Amino acid sequence: MSDRLADEILLEAERYELQEGPLYNFELARREFFKALSGGILVACALARPLLAQESGGGRRPAGAPAPQEIGAWLHIAEDGAVTVYTGKVEVGQEIRTSLTQVVAEELRAPISSIRLVMGDTDLTPYDMGTFGSMTTPRMSPQLRKAAAAARELLIELAAEQLKVEPGALAVLDGKVAHAPTKRTLSFGQLTRGQKLMKTIGENAPLTPVKDWKIAGTTIHKVNGREIVTGKHRYTSDIKLPGMLYGKIVRAPAFDSALVSVDAREAEKSEGVIVVRDGDFIGVAAPSARRASQAAAAIRAEWKTAPQISSSELFDYMKKQAADGQPGGSRSNYSAGSVAEGLASAAHKLERAYTIAYIAHAPMEPRAAVAEWKDGKLTVWTGTQRPFGVRGELATAFRIPEAQVRVIVPDTGSGYGGKHTGEVAVEAARLAKAAGKPVKVVWSREEEFTWAYFRPAGVIEVKSGVRGDGAITAWEFHNYNSGASAIRPIYAFANQEIRFHPVRSPLRQGSYRGLAATANHFAREVHIDELAEIISMDPLEIRLKNLKDERMRAVLEAAARAFGWGKAQRSAERGFGIAGGFEKGGYVATCAEVSVDRASGKVKIARVVTAFECGAVVNPDGLKNQIEGAIIQGIGGALFEAIEFANGRVLNPRFSRYRVPRFSDLPVLETVLVDRKDLPSAGAGETPIVALAPAVSNAIFNATGIRLRSLPMIPSGLKPELTSEENKSK
Amino acid sequence: MKALELQINGKKYRVETEPDSSLLAVLRDDLDMTGTKYGCGEGQCGACTVLIDGNPVRSCLVEAGNAAGKQITTIEGIEQNGRLHPLQQAFIEAGAMQCGYCIPGMIMSAQGLLKKNPRPTEQEIIRAMEGNICRCGTHPRIAEAIRRIARSSGARKGGAR
Repeated sequence: MSDRLADEILLEAERYELQEGPLYNFELARREFFKALSGGILVACALARPLLAQESGGGRRPAGAPAPQEIGAWLHIAEDGAVTVYTGKVEVGQEIRTSLTQVVAEELRAPISSIRLVMGDTDLTPYDMGTFGSMTTPRMSPQLRKAAAAARELLIELAAEQLKVEPGALAVLDGKVAHAPTKRTLSFGQLTRGQKLMKTIGENAPLTPVKDWKIAGTTIHKVNGREIVTGKHRYTSDIKLPGMLYGKIVRAPAFDSALVSVDAREAEKSEGVIVVRDGDFIGVAAPSARRASQAAAAIRAEWKTAPQISSSELFDYMKKQAADGQPGGSRSNYSAGSVAEGLASAAHKLERAYTIAYIAHAPMEPRAAVAEWKDGKLTVWTGTQRPFGVRGELATAFRIPEAQVRVIVPDTGSGYGGKHTGEVAVEAARLAKAAGKPVKVVWSREEEFTWAYFRPAGVIEVKSGVRGDGAITAWEFHNYNSGASAIRPIYAFANQEIRFHPVRSPLRQGSYRGLAATANHFAREVHIDELAEIISMDPLEIRLKNLKDERMRAVLEAAARAFGWGKAQRSAERGFGIAGGFEKGGYVATCAEVSVDRASGKVKIARVVTAFECGAVVNPDGLKNQIEGAIIQGIGGALFEAIEFANGRVLNPRFSRYRVPRFSDLPVLETVLVDRKDLPSAGAGETPIVALAPAVSNAIFNATGIRLRSLPMIPSGLKPELTSEENKSK
Repeated sequence: MKALELQINGKKYRVETEPDSSLLAVLRDDLDMTGTKYGCGEGQCGACTVLIDGNPVRSCLVEAGNAAGKQITTIEGIEQNGRLHPLQQAFIEAGAMQCGYCIPGMIMSAQGLLKKNPRPTEQEIIRAMEGNICRCGTHPRIAEAIRRIARSSGARKGGAR
């Protein structure tokens, strides 16, 4: 991984993703864990540079002292040959259960069907910071490859001993070790039977070169797809334990509210209903979900709500807040050359502001948790991207050691960065503690839209200068609140000032697929289009003119070629736009075609071509699926998604009021995979989303001459803009 | 509480529930048929789609009492004798899922469409599926899975001629 990438992950993690990991992290329990397994062989992969020590800042450890050994993953081969991989990563639809299984199968030379992944279980899997930042493929995948490769070598050694042959004469194929000269084979089970071997390997175990991949690098469909299409997979919200009660939380009418008084007498009369009041928390548990809802509705609670700002005044508020001087953000700031000199040497100068609304992740499975207390130990099943973080939240909430908390994450109904926190886990555990029985809490859609957190809103101001030949000589970029991901351009601008201004957000905000890379690319790539227009230069040409990065150039050219950039004729009803970007090790370029119905103001994204490069491709169709998904999800934030709020209330907390992309919104999608087998694989769940919005904005401008600088661009169609444009020209 | 008799996937079930409980709640909580999902509770997302007498309906909006005496089909009833229905197989082969949470509802809506209209046009597919939300953005693959069934149904018809 390049230093630059490492820096950027750190940079953004610092603000929105990383919540401090535990100071101490004793992982020796794995020996006890191994004792619990019947036998076989266990390979543990030790991290050379422990993430925690590295990312929580230096100074804690005396210089020269050895780093604590951190285990990234375990791989176990049982006495019946079953391969089980233990990773703290979780599956939320990014298909890593499949891609990680593939790389293990590749290195072990074993069939996909013989490998099972145990994911996100804090009692069984090694500590993991969380599943975010597109880090599974660049970081966890190599660890599992190494563990599997070491296990393969170990199996060969065992076979060599048993068969009394040289290890070099043995080959591993299809889950067996074979000695070709004598046609003898030993299955993994035969080799591991009676063994109790544990091996800890370092980061430098030998790996199968990408060019020799046979299982990795190919299309494998979701390994548990059958469970999905039959409805058999149990998401957290589907779990039912014996004697389990259903919980419901009594919510305040608005954010920033304090509980004044509660009258729960009516609710408590209902048979089997338990009411819990603890500080500002009021919840009920009942034998059925319906009874719980009725009881919660019967509770009279009085709240005092502080005055709060509304979406209509949001952007002024953010600018003012920043002007009032908020500390921080310095790590994201960057200067090069002199913007003043760059502006002085420019033929044209441009200042523009762009805005980005809060949006909701709206995962199809709302937050859910099932909590059970047994002998002082708390077990919680919940859909979260940070099982160990949620374990910490629970330990803190109940003032118990983390060792007494187990968090288990079933494959989850998506997250998109929206499930980093454990509020529903805490709620279910609080109710279960009072009830003395397991309790399930599933948030309603309205709760999910209101009490989760949002993608940060923001204001971005850009000041730039351009020469007649397209060279951008000055670039000043201020991001207020939305975040620092990809705040720095990949373009070779000589003179730059990049500033991130944190603001006290009126809404609770956090991670979202791609984080602020979407906002920063939107502002940057629309602004560059505006500069191209001023000097009458082709939008692709101005980008190439300012780019030195060969990988970025390659994806832009690949997208343009597949799209037929510059070939079709624009019209007042049809426009074309291009945008590109780099983030989290992935390079993306998107070309969009829009059609505009001028009478109704309806805009349809007709066609989108995306070229993406993230090093060596692990699963081509899985990658395509992620890219398509990012584009379609991106359409929502680009065109119509926005959280409207006033005085601490979300005004559109349901799908009938909050429009998300549907089948009729689909463009014709084409995906170009630029497979670089010579480069390490980067993650792909996030970056393909970043160039869609600016490409669409640029295409709308190309058709209509209307420049849209706010996300979402057309929550109620383009009619108002078209009308005012027509009036102007009269 | 009242005893209700429901016909689900060709079998009779008796449940003790309040008749105005939603069919979704009865399926999930009383009968532990959790393939049918909650997504919004207002009929906007399609995650809870089941077939009633062959028609796709949002089970979150149907009172269980009103479903009595009708043929209810849920995702659990699509598989036949441990063999996947061709539509389920098509979803797998088209890679038509990411997190998978919306998929049972998608399959039920698609099944409702294909039963009435074995060879739908693109527009008919969009119209039939418009009420089902997928947040992961697997729509093109879902449409492709439906098209595959439509094509094979066309081929069968062609062969019979």
